[in-house]
Amino acid sequence: MKFRMQDHILVPKHELLKKKEAEEILNVLGIAKEDLPKIKAEDPIAKEIGAKPGDIVRIIRDSPTAGKSIVYRLVI
Amino acid sequence: MNMSEDKVRYEELFKDYNFPEKIKGEIIRELERINADERLAKKVIERCYNVYLKNLMEPGEATGIVAAQSIGEPGTQMTMRTFHYAGVAEINVTLGLPRLIEILDVRKNPSTPMMTIRLTEEYAKSREKAREVANRIEATHIIDVAEIITDLRNMRIIVSPDEKALERKDLKLQDLKKKIEKAVKMDVVEEDGKLIIQIEEPSYKTLMDVFEKVKKLVVAGIKEIKRVIIRKEGDEYVLYTEGSNLKKVMRVKGVDFTRTVTNNIYEIYEVLGIEAARNAIINEAMSTLEEQGLEVDVRHIMLVADAMTADGELKQIGRHGVAGEKQSILARAAFEMTVNNLLDAAVRGEVDMLNGITENIIVGQPIKLGTGDVELVAKFFTGGEK
Repeated sequence: MKFRMQDHILVPKHELLKKKEAEEILNVLGIAKEDLPKIKAEDPIAKEIGAKPGDIVRIIRDSPTAGKSIVYRLVI
Repeated sequence: MNMSEDKVRYEELFKDYNFPEKIKGEIIRELERINADERLAKKVIERCYNVYLKNLMEPGEATGIVAAQSIGEPGTQMTMRTFHYAGVAEINVTLGLPRLIEILDVRKNPSTPMMTIRLTEEYAKSREKAREVANRIEATHIIDVAEIITDLRNMRIIVSPDEKALERKDLKLQDLKKKIEKAVKMDVVEEDGKLIIQIEEPSYKTLMDVFEKVKKLVVAGIKEIKRVIIRKEGDEYVLYTEGSNLKKVMRVKGVDFTRTVTNNIYEIYEVLGIEAARNAIINEAMSTLEEQGLEVDVRHIMLVADAMTADGELKQIGRHGVAGEKQSILARAAFEMTVNNLLDAAVRGEVDMLNGITENIIVGQPIKLGTGDVELVAKFFTGGEK
């Protein structure tokens, strides 16, 4: 049986962004991608979604204060 | 009757307002309750939005300081007592200040690792089935199921298993034999229900070495899991363990790995990644504080967790982590190990750009916080292609 660590309750939803999407988001935020928080390419979840260094991952967290919050991490 | 239509209508009114999901839900629920018409609803939303904006942190606000004080002050009231029985069936768990320090220091081996294991539907309903899984997880040492004697005259070790204990642990003599053979790399002979290991070399030391090896042998379960306790929670049985090994436990048959957690944050980071570790930090810190009857807003803990996980790896708060990696020499020197930091910086010829807060206080300049952070900028440009 193959385990999908993404199914674990502690893991929020991770999405790999396409090049174009990523650019749009950086434009909206007005920052360079190096300014984003990082996620390692060896991170078990990053591996599962097939993220490569330089990609941007969108993380949809369940936040106790906002209900839902979206953050981005740069894969390094 | 037209409840659902109303909901859609309210939803539409929120188009121009950038509310967080949760607040939006609350307002919609309240609007539905008073059954507001569109005009009233618009007014309510407008007022709510103004209040929401007023309550947001302003740019330039020193959130880190606020968080530090908000955690630090209740922290002074925490008990210094390390051990406590944590409500959960006789398992000893570090609580209070020592536990909080452990979380913020990201200890790789916390003093009392513990797991909460939930089972798949098939196993969660009956105690016997849960016991089955527990047997697969709990480390069974050979001394739990057998007596080991050294026979000095014949240079051999005799393992005489207790049949009842074997049965209870669902083990066979053959399993035992295989395990021993694998561990000591010697042939094991079966003789009327006993296992005999003959030492070829006539050396007392070899005999004792093999004896020690056999004695420590784990014949079933996972080495790190010292004890398993079965408890009924709601309508399902849950296993609590002393000791933790998330990776191995997840692969045990009958364990629902999606709902199985450990209190060892570093282990979560290794198995489930940085985001899960962030969640684990928040959960563990909050439950530690709450257990002590201290009310700290999650936002402060979330900020700390964000700082600890920002670089994609777990960093502790303190001189080996967040505080120690500050770029300013003066800020590092002001925190801990002043002389070492200054000396190392001098040897390396480092330059302090005086960009942060601490260093500007030290040299007596206005700090870049709140109104001090505002400057006139003709055109501000970051990011993107030039």
